[in-house]
Amino acid sequence: MSVPPFERFYVDHRDAVFGHLVRLLGRQRAEDAFQETFLRALRGYDSLRHGRYLRAWVFTIATRVAIDEGRKRRPEIVPELDVESADGRPAYAQIEHLAEELPEKERAAVVLRYGYDLSYSDIGTALGSSEEAARQAASSGVRRLRRRLS
Amino acid sequence: MTTVPNSLDHSFRQAAAEAGLVDVSFDVADSPVGPLLLAVTEAGLCRISFDPEPERETEELARSFGVRVLRGPREVDRVRRELEEYFEGRRQTFDLPLDLRGRSGFSREILDRLARVPYGEITTYKSLAVEAGNPLAARAVGTIMNRNPIPIVLPCHRVVGSNGSLVGYGGGLDRKRLLLDLESGTPRLDIHLP
Repeated sequence: MSVPPFERFYVDHRDAVFGHLVRLLGRQRAEDAFQETFLRALRGYDSLRHGRYLRAWVFTIATRVAIDEGRKRRPEIVPELDVESADGRPAYAQIEHLAEELPEKERAAVVLRYGYDLSYSDIGTALGSSEEAARQAASSGVRRLRRRLS
Repeated sequence: MTTVPNSLDHSFRQAAAEAGLVDVSFDVADSPVGPLLLAVTEAGLCRISFDPEPERETEELARSFGVRVLRGPREVDRVRRELEEYFEGRRQTFDLPLDLRGRSGFSREILDRLARVPYGEITTYKSLAVEAGNPLAARAVGTIMNRNPIPIVLPCHRVVGSNGSLVGYGGGLDRKRLLLDLESGTPRLDIHLP
């Protein structure tokens, strides 16, 4: 699937991303984070190799922006998203690295669930699938990771 | 579903363009010849389309100029303003840089010559072919006119058949007639467009 013109990507996902940011940060802060999210998306957009899972991709960017915003202003806003792992790196950084080799849908589900602590309902929205499908993708991703690491 | 407020949508579009992150900015403008899609790159005006279908045209712009295509009303303001002045009869030449990337060889040569056909005058497909040193290429000139990426500003409406007939126009003959009438000082802006 080829990468669509940015306008279509933006129009298709802007409301869902804004809703996600409002849930994480509240309405006022969501506005700043919204602009930053899509500016970051634009910076990376011409390096994308295909147009699959764009929603998961932009949700991941939005979540990371929300973490940065939360840290910058009032760190207590998003503590549940900012879990550090044993080696001191934030959970999402470590998970993204581990999950690199997974099939894309599983990778997105694992990263959003265990790296960013999103609910399966939010992950379903991000992947354009049901909550149950998101749960299954995350769990088969985890099984695959376990096999690989053992 | 939470909807992005218009003010936030506008400020994102503006910030994206100001940060130099957009390959092509476009918008749709009203005009006496119907809605026109106007598109610009950093290098200049790259597209004017009649009867725009933004969905299809953004795909085409993305293939020609890069995938970061974004609607940006402010970015096309200058084009919109010059076209308004043209349709009001207050402008005879356009002062707009053009981005003709991807047009080369004979096609580019013909478009460059077309750009020099003055307001209110007409030429023929054959004359352009002769001027470009290829007198047998009148039909090819017709094809280049038909695919003109920037009609009105690159005035393919000023090119007619050797016998004076209008022959054809990418935007339809009614529009060609309207533009020629406008330039001859007898505008018929009541014309019915499809």
